[in-house]
Amino acid sequence: MTAQTLTPPAEATTQTRDRTVKLPDGKAAWLFLAPFGIFYVLFLIGPTLYMFVVSFFNTSIVQPGLGGFAGIANYAEMLTRADFWSAMWHTLQFTLYTVPPLVILAFVFAVLANRVQRGQWFFRLAFFVPFVLPSACISLIWVFLFTPATGLWPQFQSLLGFTQTAVLADPTWAMVGIAVATIWWTIGFNFVLYLAGLQDIPRELYEAAAVDGASPWHQIRYLTIPLLRRTTTLVILLQIIASLKIFDQVYLMTNGGPGISTQVALGLITGTAFTDYRVGAASAASVLLFIVIVVIAVIRQLFDRAEERKA
Amino acid sequence: MATQTIGTSRRRNGVSAAAPARATTTTKVNGPRTFNIVAGIVLGVFAVLWLIPSAWAIKTSLVSNETASLGADAILRDTDPTLHSYATLLQSGQLWNWYLASFITSAGTVVLTVVFGSMAAYAISRLRFRGRQLVFVLILAGIMIPAQVLIVPIFQELEAVGLLNTYWSVIFPQVPAVIAVFIFKQFFDGLPREMEEAARIDGAGLWRTYWSVIMPLSRPVIAAVSILTFVSVWNNLILPLFVLSNPDLMTIPVGLATVQGSYGQRFADIQASAVLGALPLVVLYLLFQRRIVEGVTGSGIKG
Repeated sequence: MTAQTLTPPAEATTQTRDRTVKLPDGKAAWLFLAPFGIFYVLFLIGPTLYMFVVSFFNTSIVQPGLGGFAGIANYAEMLTRADFWSAMWHTLQFTLYTVPPLVILAFVFAVLANRVQRGQWFFRLAFFVPFVLPSACISLIWVFLFTPATGLWPQFQSLLGFTQTAVLADPTWAMVGIAVATIWWTIGFNFVLYLAGLQDIPRELYEAAAVDGASPWHQIRYLTIPLLRRTTTLVILLQIIASLKIFDQVYLMTNGGPGISTQVALGLITGTAFTDYRVGAASAASVLLFIVIVVIAVIRQLFDRAEERKA
Repeated sequence: MATQTIGTSRRRNGVSAAAPARATTTTKVNGPRTFNIVAGIVLGVFAVLWLIPSAWAIKTSLVSNETASLGADAILRDTDPTLHSYATLLQSGQLWNWYLASFITSAGTVVLTVVFGSMAAYAISRLRFRGRQLVFVLILAGIMIPAQVLIVPIFQELEAVGLLNTYWSVIFPQVPAVIAVFIFKQFFDGLPREMEEAARIDGAGLWRTYWSVIMPLSRPVIAAVSILTFVSVWNNLILPLFVLSNPDLMTIPVGLATVQGSYGQRFADIQASAVLGALPLVVLYLLFQRRIVEGVTGSGIKG
């Protein structure tokens, strides 16, 4: 659809194109960049800047305009609100519950899968398919598994002679339940990242190690783990960023409850904006979360650059 | 070299880069046989464990709501599968609206992201202009912006221009997927310049070069970006959840989010809706398995 509208300008500029003239594609280049650039500014940069501005105002969703200037009051409020810190803590808690199993299990699965000659498609199906499903499906499945008394999990607990837990209704267990569902859902992503990393390790290294008498365990310990260090760092950083942005599973499985025992940062932000109509305060919380995530994302980029230079 | 990622394909020459990556082969790893057999058994156990939740959802969706409400034991013992829940859901009509909304928003975003993203990438990869480096740095910076955190300002923006409760409100904010530009640029950087130069000598303009030379060579990367964009838009919950309140416009994830509350104890219906919500993506996975896995590893490592 853009073919028709964009052809004339691009054709026009090429007439003046000359390889000896410095930077000859100026006008055409900006026309190529414009469509994406407009969306980039309108829906990425613009909202980011607006969020920073609004965080200093008493903006409300039910009134037009920015509202009165609030200075740093929104930040002061957020930083002294118990539920803000509780939401931050739950976000961190979720990160702590999910990142280690997601990294370690994915590594183990990938290393084992790499040693099995047949049935790769089956492992990929089992571990990776949940990852492509919507969070809403995952939540419907797991809420049902955790249904108090009649669900598969409480019945399994009874079978083993344990007392049943109403996982999602229990403040101490609710976040664990969400974490378990999340691990089940997203491990496939790390699994395929590790598989890709493993397949980049030259076979000759293992062959040489085997000739030297290294056992499979030694090969894993002294070859695989060190050679996958780069993948591991990336997986950890990606997981931390993803965990800090957690919203879906909590909203769908517990909606922050019981009480506020699983309320996370994004849940607090959307609640403040869309339930309390306090966009200014919500923006201040967004800015704080934004900064935390961007800091980790920057670390990730720096790490990427450093690794690329080494490679 | 089983999983050829998009990032690594640039090292190969143009012809083979356009050809589909080779099928996954098993990398033979040396070690005592018994160790490998044990590895297979352990992994098999985990894989079966991983399949249980999905299998349980399917099994539950095939019993009556009465049986399902009796609990795990009753569901397991039921030997008379029924498609009653599926029939109920497919007849109610609401699910079709959700499918339609998800399809329109996902496909719409894919078209805009692929065309606009590849155009931008072409400019950055091939054209020489002042500010090229700056543009690239800005785009890299965009990768770090967590879009979910922008839900409140994006909501206000869409409200201000009257786009709430339209498919556009789901499509537009997801078009600037910076990662798409990045993936396209990586791929374009690896394409040989000979064909473009030949086209230029034949008098083709920049647009023709982009559209008739570069894009046809880029089918694998277009497929990868399309599939990744489609899946991520289809699965997005937070954006459509807040910008769509009209039940007829809800996407699958938002629609399913209402199921838990409105279906109450109709467990078989709930699990059937989860299965139906998952179905298009399972089909997509089975069709484009390799592309999806490659795309995920490529964007994960390079993004």
